[in-house]
Amino acid sequence: MVGKSEPINGTAKSHPPPPPASSPLSPRSSDLLSGYFSFKSLKLKTKQQELLIRVSILCLVYVLAFVTRLFSVLRYESMIHEFDPYFNYRTTLFLTEKGFYEFWNWFDSESWYPLGRIIGGTLYPGLMVTAAVLYWGLRFLRFAVHIREVCVLTAPFFASNTTLLAYFFGKEIWDTGAGLVAAALIAICPGYISRSVAGSYDNEGVAIFALLLTFYLFVKAVNTGLLSWGLASAFGYFYMVSAWGGYVFIINLIPLYVLVLLMTGRYSMRLYVAYNCMYILGMLLAMQIRFVGFQHVQSGEHMAAMGVFFLMQVFYFLDWLKHLLSDTKLFQAFLRMTVTSAVGLGAVALGVGTASGYISPWTGRFYSLLDPTYAKDHIPIIASVSEHQPTAWSSFMFDFQILLFLFPAGLYFCFKRLSDATIFIVMYGLTSMYFAGVMVRLILVATPAVCLISAIAVSATIKNLTLLLRAKTKAPQSASGKGGSSGKAASKGLLDQSQPFQKNGAIALLFGAFYLLSKYVTHCTWVTSEAYSSPSIVLAARGAHGNRVIFDDYREAYFWLRQNTPPDAKVMSWWDYGYQITAMGNRTVIVDNNTWNNTHIATVGRAMSSYEDEAYEIMKSLDVDYVLVVFGGVTGYSSDDINKFLWMVRIGGGVFPVIKEPDYLVNGEYRVDKGAAPKMLNCLMYKLSYYRFGELTTEYGKPPGYDRARGVEIGNKDIKLEYLEEAFTTSNWIVRIYKVKPPNNRW
Amino acid sequence: MARSTGDDAQALFHSLRSAYAATPKNLKIIDLYAAFAVFTALIQVVYMALVGSFPFNSFLSGVLSCIGTAVLAVCLRIQVNKENKEFKDLPPERAFADFVLCNLVLHLVIMNFLG
Repeated sequence: MVGKSEPINGTAKSHPPPPPASSPLSPRSSDLLSGYFSFKSLKLKTKQQELLIRVSILCLVYVLAFVTRLFSVLRYESMIHEFDPYFNYRTTLFLTEKGFYEFWNWFDSESWYPLGRIIGGTLYPGLMVTAAVLYWGLRFLRFAVHIREVCVLTAPFFASNTTLLAYFFGKEIWDTGAGLVAAALIAICPGYISRSVAGSYDNEGVAIFALLLTFYLFVKAVNTGLLSWGLASAFGYFYMVSAWGGYVFIINLIPLYVLVLLMTGRYSMRLYVAYNCMYILGMLLAMQIRFVGFQHVQSGEHMAAMGVFFLMQVFYFLDWLKHLLSDTKLFQAFLRMTVTSAVGLGAVALGVGTASGYISPWTGRFYSLLDPTYAKDHIPIIASVSEHQPTAWSSFMFDFQILLFLFPAGLYFCFKRLSDATIFIVMYGLTSMYFAGVMVRLILVATPAVCLISAIAVSATIKNLTLLLRAKTKAPQSASGKGGSSGKAASKGLLDQSQPFQKNGAIALLFGAFYLLSKYVTHCTWVTSEAYSSPSIVLAARGAHGNRVIFDDYREAYFWLRQNTPPDAKVMSWWDYGYQITAMGNRTVIVDNNTWNNTHIATVGRAMSSYEDEAYEIMKSLDVDYVLVVFGGVTGYSSDDINKFLWMVRIGGGVFPVIKEPDYLVNGEYRVDKGAAPKMLNCLMYKLSYYRFGELTTEYGKPPGYDRARGVEIGNKDIKLEYLEEAFTTSNWIVRIYKVKPPNNRW
Repeated sequence: MARSTGDDAQALFHSLRSAYAATPKNLKIIDLYAAFAVFTALIQVVYMALVGSFPFNSFLSGVLSCIGTAVLAVCLRIQVNKENKEFKDLPPERAFADFVLCNLVLHLVIMNFLG
């Protein structure tokens, strides 16, 4: 077939059909292709072509961000992962069943027995309300979904929305090209995927969207100076405050940014309008969340924003006076007076507030960001969480890969074109990278900044390279067309000589850039598939014949609890499992992941580390009916309670000095075999984990009682329980439940 | 030294007064409104100092509504002032509409917060 191009969509009514391209003897496939796919035949102008390309790229990126987070749903099932999401799921269920008023005023007596927990006042409702709104919306459209499906897929949905937001933010800071690259990078970046896979129904899934939204709206407000954008950014801030405790980052970064602008001489009326509107309205809206309360005026972490607010008033006042006064000398004198008095007054007020205790100092969670060694010495609970440890380089490489070296390149480009918006993204990038270095969990907060700045580097580099490529093809045409002065011809000639090398170099660099980006995609998909898609409540391993073995012990145990214990039974376990027990087992727990009462947790820790009779006294005082321990000796599962035991000792010992850590160690070493400390071999946790384990052969060729997680044969095989009896052990011995016996009849 | 600062202060005061008299009338009205709001806030603070701050949310909402209206009025003044080159493309109707919207949101939140 000869390449006779036919106009598509009948848009070429006035256009005569194009003549046959060549003789029938040489059909040109390029003509065929250009015939079918040519934009020219669609009669689109360049602007419309560009719009079509942009929209299609954004649609693809939107779908990609959603799809790449679905690994665990496809491999296992649609379920909620980890520990914290179970609490969020339970509260969302309550919200959809009972309504918002009941939810907002909910007092829960099923956790932290006998204290109870004021759930309505101690949670961040943003995530639950968002999922409930999506659920009610879908129900209104007559889609009969279950709330669990909505909860599982909320995080991927918001990740897709974040990519759109990244596009608009990139467009605001640099240009549309950077926006597109930023959207593509953030869609698959592992740092963000780690907390927003399908099933990870946690605050961060929604909070990163709210964070980026607030920042985007604020930068837009500063760029335009309109009150409506300031109002929008206040609402964005309200959404962020309702979603996550990390809003403290926003309320400190934005004043810091304003301060930097003031110090670099970029004070402007737009900045005044944007910051004041956002601060006053945002503060008021944020105080509507009960959990936040009055912290915006009373807590040391929020004082920077207030200080900058007053500083802005001073700046505006001085600016206005300078405008009114024509005599500069008079103004200088007045300036000196005002500035010294204002600064002095502010310092005095802050000092009085802090000294009298009215302004509370920085809380431990945030203070440990400034002083990373603080938590280990003073607050063992914060130090024990693995996500709060300082970050290793391997984590950075794992989560960012090429973005790690594109980040400094992007910073360079930002510094070359400094504006209010680029200063913001530079500050966001630098501060978030510092915090990401202090705590592993905060890599998540750094991810949007790193993606945006890297996108600037990628977009600017590729733009320069393609400009080089296109300039070469234009030069000969213009040289032949003009044939002007000799100087011009000579310069064009010189250009022609170096053109081939430049062109080759540009093509090589472009190929290199595309190769790197494709490597990034491969790495991100591999990381998502291998590391971040495990539900942690269902474990998988390779069997002896290479087949996949699934350990569903946790759910087995929780459903046993749900079906075989009286409804008012109280379960004692370590705080990690509290949320899951209340959500799936539907039983009252003593302590759970909220960890708001350290003494209560220390009581449980003391019970686990004491001898059986002392522990029995403590358990009777707490009305405990069942004890749940997690044991990995049969399967080799290493996140079990014996490995966490030293933290129980430390936390218990922090409140009850009768528990001393050296009692459980031998020469500073933690052992469970024959050479272990006698207190270790007889404490409650040891007995409950290894009861009847001494008779079990776990591995071929090893003696009975061989602990596969620690790799040793246990020391005390002949365990007798006096005050508890075994109630249930799951099929792979991962979860073990014991019943506390009632006291003996005395007469 | 003291005399020069005293003279300075007097000269300052006079030049300020004469310069301020030259501002347009609509801006003076906005200034009066903002000053009244700040004055109301000060009265509330003095009252709190006398009586105690028990329903703290009520105190905060009262003071913040005054500060908020003052700040929004100043923002309106900035946007409406013909001498500000940054805002010369902004029609004053749009500035006023934004002002009304922000005040609406402010007062709705205050009414929820008042307790």
